[in-house]
Amino acid sequence: MITFPWISTLTIVPVVGAIVLLAFGSRNKVLVRWIALAFSFLALVLTLALWHQFNPLADGYQFQELHAWIPALNAEYRVGIDGLGLLMLLLTSIVVPIGMLASWQIQQRVSLYFALVLLLQACLVGTFTALNFFHWFIYWELGLIPAFFLIKLWGGPKSAKAAMQFLVYTMVGSIAMLMSFLAIYLATKTFDFTELAHLAQSGKLMPAVVSTLGWHLFTPAHTAMVIFLGVFLGFAVKVPLIPFHTWLPSAYSEAPTGTTILLTGAMSKMGLYGFLRIVLPLFGVQMQQVLTPLLWLAVATVVLSAYAALAQTDLKRIFAYSSINHLGYCMLGIFAVVKFTGGDAALTAQKFAAMNGVYLQMFNHGLTAATVFWFIAMLEKRSGGLRGLNDFGGLRKAMPVFTGLMGIALFSSLGLPGLNGFIGEFLIFKGSFPLVTWATASSAIGLLLTAVFILGVLQRVFYGPLGEKWVHLPDLTLGERLTLVPLIGLMFALGLYPQFILGVVNHTAIQMALNLRNF
Amino acid sequence: MNVINFGQLLGLAWPEIIVTVTALLVVAADLLFFRRSSIRARFAGSVAIALVGCAAAIFKLVTSPVQPTTLHGVFGATPLIHLLQVAVLALTIITLLLAVNSTFTEHVSEFVLLILLATVGMMFLVGSQDLLVLFISLELLSLSLYILAGLDKRSPRSSEAALKYFLFGGMSAAFMLYGFSLLYGFSNSTNLADLATAIQGHPLSPILIIAIVTTVVGFGFKIAAAPFHFWAPDVYQGAPIPSAAFIASGSKVASFFIFFQLMVLGFAGAEGSATWSHFQSGWVPVLVVVAIVSMVLGNLVAIVQSSLRRLLAYSAVAHAGYMLLAFVTHTQQSLAALLYYIATYSLATLGVFGVLAVTESHIGNDRIEDLAGLSRRAPFLSICLGVFLLSLAGIPPLSGFFAKFLLFTSVLAASSGSKLLLWLVILAIAMSAVSLFYYLRVLKKVYVSAPASEARPIPSPILSRVVVGLLALGVILLGCVPDLILTQILRVIQASGL
Amino acid sequence: MLAWTIYISFLGALALFLLPARRAAWARIVALLTTLVTFAIALKAFIDHRTGEMLPVVHIPWVPSLGITFTLKADGISLTLLLLTGVIGVCGVLFSWNIEERIKEFFGFYLLLIGAVYGVFLSYDLFLLFVFYEIVVIPKYFLIAIWGSTRREYAAMKLVLYSFIGSAMVLIGLIAAYVVAGSKSMSLGDLAGYPFPAHFQMWAFPLVFAGFGILAGLWPFHTWAPTGHVAAPTATSMLLAGVVMKLGAYGCLRVAMTLFPLGMSSWGFHVLGFGSWRDVFAVLGVVGILYGALVALVQKDFKFVIGYSSISHMGFILLGLMTLNQIGISGAVVQMVSHGLLAGLLFAVVGRMVYARTHTRDLAALSPMHLNKVIPFAAVTFVIAGMASMGLPGFSGFVAELMIVIGVWHSYPSLIVFVGIGLIAGVAYIWRAMQQAFFTGSNTEPLQPAHPLPPITFPERLGAAILIAASVVVGTFPQLFLNVIHPALDSPLFQGLRKGGW
Repeated sequence: MITFPWISTLTIVPVVGAIVLLAFGSRNKVLVRWIALAFSFLALVLTLALWHQFNPLADGYQFQELHAWIPALNAEYRVGIDGLGLLMLLLTSIVVPIGMLASWQIQQRVSLYFALVLLLQACLVGTFTALNFFHWFIYWELGLIPAFFLIKLWGGPKSAKAAMQFLVYTMVGSIAMLMSFLAIYLATKTFDFTELAHLAQSGKLMPAVVSTLGWHLFTPAHTAMVIFLGVFLGFAVKVPLIPFHTWLPSAYSEAPTGTTILLTGAMSKMGLYGFLRIVLPLFGVQMQQVLTPLLWLAVATVVLSAYAALAQTDLKRIFAYSSINHLGYCMLGIFAVVKFTGGDAALTAQKFAAMNGVYLQMFNHGLTAATVFWFIAMLEKRSGGLRGLNDFGGLRKAMPVFTGLMGIALFSSLGLPGLNGFIGEFLIFKGSFPLVTWATASSAIGLLLTAVFILGVLQRVFYGPLGEKWVHLPDLTLGERLTLVPLIGLMFALGLYPQFILGVVNHTAIQMALNLRNF
Repeated sequence: MNVINFGQLLGLAWPEIIVTVTALLVVAADLLFFRRSSIRARFAGSVAIALVGCAAAIFKLVTSPVQPTTLHGVFGATPLIHLLQVAVLALTIITLLLAVNSTFTEHVSEFVLLILLATVGMMFLVGSQDLLVLFISLELLSLSLYILAGLDKRSPRSSEAALKYFLFGGMSAAFMLYGFSLLYGFSNSTNLADLATAIQGHPLSPILIIAIVTTVVGFGFKIAAAPFHFWAPDVYQGAPIPSAAFIASGSKVASFFIFFQLMVLGFAGAEGSATWSHFQSGWVPVLVVVAIVSMVLGNLVAIVQSSLRRLLAYSAVAHAGYMLLAFVTHTQQSLAALLYYIATYSLATLGVFGVLAVTESHIGNDRIEDLAGLSRRAPFLSICLGVFLLSLAGIPPLSGFFAKFLLFTSVLAASSGSKLLLWLVILAIAMSAVSLFYYLRVLKKVYVSAPASEARPIPSPILSRVVVGLLALGVILLGCVPDLILTQILRVIQASGL
Repeated sequence: MLAWTIYISFLGALALFLLPARRAAWARIVALLTTLVTFAIALKAFIDHRTGEMLPVVHIPWVPSLGITFTLKADGISLTLLLLTGVIGVCGVLFSWNIEERIKEFFGFYLLLIGAVYGVFLSYDLFLLFVFYEIVVIPKYFLIAIWGSTRREYAAMKLVLYSFIGSAMVLIGLIAAYVVAGSKSMSLGDLAGYPFPAHFQMWAFPLVFAGFGILAGLWPFHTWAPTGHVAAPTATSMLLAGVVMKLGAYGCLRVAMTLFPLGMSSWGFHVLGFGSWRDVFAVLGVVGILYGALVALVQKDFKFVIGYSSISHMGFILLGLMTLNQIGISGAVVQMVSHGLLAGLLFAVVGRMVYARTHTRDLAALSPMHLNKVIPFAAVTFVIAGMASMGLPGFSGFVAELMIVIGVWHSYPSLIVFVGIGLIAGVAYIWRAMQQAFFTGSNTEPLQPAHPLPPITFPERLGAAILIAASVVVGTFPQLFLNVIHPALDSPLFQGLRKGGW
């Protein structure tokens, strides 16, 4: 089937944009920004076109492209999307323009900055669409480079260390994952996700790997576990799961806020996406074997990160921990879905709910976190770089519109019903509770703590006596309002009518959960 | 009792006679015509005459018929021997050419005369098949060389060298003669073939062992193998350049060859074996020891030398050690390898002396330090020097490498699986790695170090350049196209049936 | 036609030595043309010869009495490396455009070196191979000793002696093999086909492998490499790390492993967990990977970082060879190419772009200079080269290391953790060096260097672009090379290694 290569086009558009920007140079900063934004909008339009053409009820992948690449390694260029992929593409295409707008005030090496952002976008698109490990991994790794430089070159005073920490942590995970995958390749001679998933489903994958390796130091089960842990580490660092999270707060807080938006809005989804696309289909057995420790990790991620957020005074650090917390719910949902239920129909339905919740939560967190960080960016711009929790107070008097809109975003983050944040978390908890009761119950503490610190932020920043120096803080400009309105609108829309997304992803989520049932 | 036919003797000795007559002619011409000319002109004249004589001798050798042995086994005239004689004459010619520009002595004709007499000695030496003739021709050679070493009367070093050379040489001759007398007593004959028959079938008697040891000691001095090498550094350093070059090249060729002949033909049956498992006394174990000591000592001591000539002397010791490996296996291949090796070694050594002849006349000494920046003062000579030294170090594609390859191959091929030979070869190759170090040290000075500030370009006489250039070309050619002489050597060895 | 790569290089060298002194400036042009022509020839051969099997080039009897012939042949592996030599050769000239001192001699030795390298890769007769292998030694010495920096004479001598000791070991093994096989032929095909007794192979294999391995930076005989690379002028570092080290690896594969495959089989007993020479060398390879990477992590001299990184990368090659399966060995060959390109590029950045301008390589001294703003091109190039070197996907290093790791999984799963640590350390040292050299202290005022840094010249840009492009091509289309490497590995020459199947 030769059709228009939508996905390749979508990948290439940002690359072309980056090249254009680099060739253009930084002579006219304004023009550079607009060109960058134009390219990101072009990508958004393309994504929407995909959304429009996507058939939500079809099995398998759509818009597939397949080209031989390295026959000797059986590495092919194969891309395609299902509901999950599409959702991630949409999220990326929304978050990137937000990130660009939030970086509007960047003055140094503008063209390089925006070129790197576009390159990052290309890598994200590639990661979310690749169906062959070989080139999926290329995007996965390449994405680090623009992110690294965005943090390092435009970041805060400790950005060098933060960037390095970010890079090294992620690299360690990636290399562990790569090693494991090469072992799998050695046994199966394929990098293709679909084929690997089929092998895993029929229970042939791990026995084949174990027997090929002939690693006599370990029993077969242990060998399989080692392979799984390699892959797990790669994604766990990226998500991140506690205790692999220590790179995240410093990276998020040192990065320029526009970059933080990209990191939290889109890049953090790479890890989750990897869990859904790779770990679940391939390593279901291994996950079930260590389900209890995994759940402990998820609970710890949810609770401890929320607790840590309480102790922070830097707004960016608070929401960095909040990010960890929100993604922890997703992890909880994913692990819950893995639980062996013996084909119990009721529990399977709960699995569908949890899976759908995970999808929703991924999208919602991206949207909400990006918006919240954008507000922080605007606040920073107005305050001259200050963003401490105790630096402000009573801002609602100086800038009421700002306060109102940011309040909505914060409530969304808190999970208030009617806003988008609620429905994802609700579905996750609803689905997980019957499956893994104790873990879900413990995670509820996280919800509580989240409410506490978010309300704390609201109170300390926007209420109370207005500081002298903040009296003349300007409220949102018209342009800012105009750009914010669609986002806030989207939050409401999703909160009230989640079917908008569920309709697209439901089928994929059910398939994914069903495929697990065989174990 | 056989009657010696003098006509036959004359017919056989034509080349030697030609050289002898040339020598006399040179003296006569110098005394009669060139007395008042400058030293340079006298050198030119004398050398020219000598060259003609040598060329004539070569021509005669090439055209003369081949006889296995003549005069009842006293002399040989096999193709192999002819080849050796030609080689000796060629080396003489080169030495003479190198001497043309020298000014170290006023006794020009005597110098040429001595060179030619030494050549005659060598020619007889390589042909001799009889202990007595062997000893006499060796003495003719040695005595000429003693005087040649001391010919630079202005230099006390030269005299010292001559005296040392003479004392050590005399002693070695005494050893050798003592050994020969024992051999005569043992076999009732001075003929090598008879000697071999006498040794065959007898267990190794103490007398024979003493004879072997004294012979080895005697030749050890001649070929400067350790531990009999003490004269070499002083002679190499003290003797005038042409003499030193001659001692280092021509006389080495003749000595090595006759040493090999003597051992293989004369002491056939007394080889013994030096392997641990079945040690058997004989001359092979003795030579193994000498070879090892030479290789190790020569190379290690050469590292610390600061004079190029002394360095060459110690490297000569080391090379003697390598070449002795050919004795250990004594096959046709190893003889071929030995001849090839000694030929290329002589060419390279002559070449170095040729370069030294020019540089010393400007710099005044042979210290390696003072060669600094030579590549900019005399580029052509420097390139040639590089070729010679790298060939000595055994870097392909120069002939020294191929010689080593051939030698080691022939040694291993002689009895593959012998641990001893393998270890000897390993030692030799390891030691040649060491040798690269000190050769490179010289080349480093020449190429890398900056010349002293007052240094000027060194003009070199055109003749020296031609000779040195030809030598370098020879070294390269023999390395790239070893078949030029290798097939020849193999053929004559086959034909001579050694 | 391929043989002309050798002849033209040598002719070029000769022409340079004969060039009149007042026309010395032409030396660059001559050198560039020579390398370009040889590169073109290699490229054409690579394009024309897509099957990868043994392609006879020249066959002339040389020393008939010993069975030595002047035989040049090329298979996929040689063609790949010839191409690499061509690229590095051209780029080396481009990055030496600023040489002024004794320029004729510099390029003369340079071309001599290139010609000999071509010779090694093309030789099919082992004697000939050894001859070329040895010819390489001498120009190296002079290039470093005359035009080098930082203890150059010591480094040059060390390098030469190590190389020479290595080749002495090789020579012993070759002579022994030649003699054991009956002294009839030195042809690789004949010797590889000869069934050497197992006990002979047992000692000949480690001897020859380690001999070649010395030049390939085999730990613990690697110490010549960092000092040599650091002391060498840029083009020489590029050649040394880029192709000369590959000679060693090539020799290991082409000579040691094909001639003595049984030398890698089990000893029949275990010492310290080692059951065969193969185990020993595999572990040495891993030790090299780790040691090189960890030592690179603490270097103060920028160039030493790259020098030690070479040890690490060469460790991958040796490890890949010891996996003894098709993917591992072909990965090793790709890694040869990859490391050739990247080490060349890294040395070019450090030696030419940075050191030649700032006259220091001390990372602490470089960091206040804000080189990413002063010479952004160098910074960008280094970032790209560094990323490629640490195995970032999309560049050549990734494919190569990926294939090697697959091979290692197959043969030595227990070593995989160490390989992983090596990869991570690779990331760390590259980023550390990059950070300190180019990106430190973006908030402080840049310290003005004592003199203005001249801008990056066109030849440098061109050279960097060529190398980066080559690395990307190898990284994204490794199939180009694997298509010729696999048939070569399937040829009868490697029969002993295959043991009936990879």
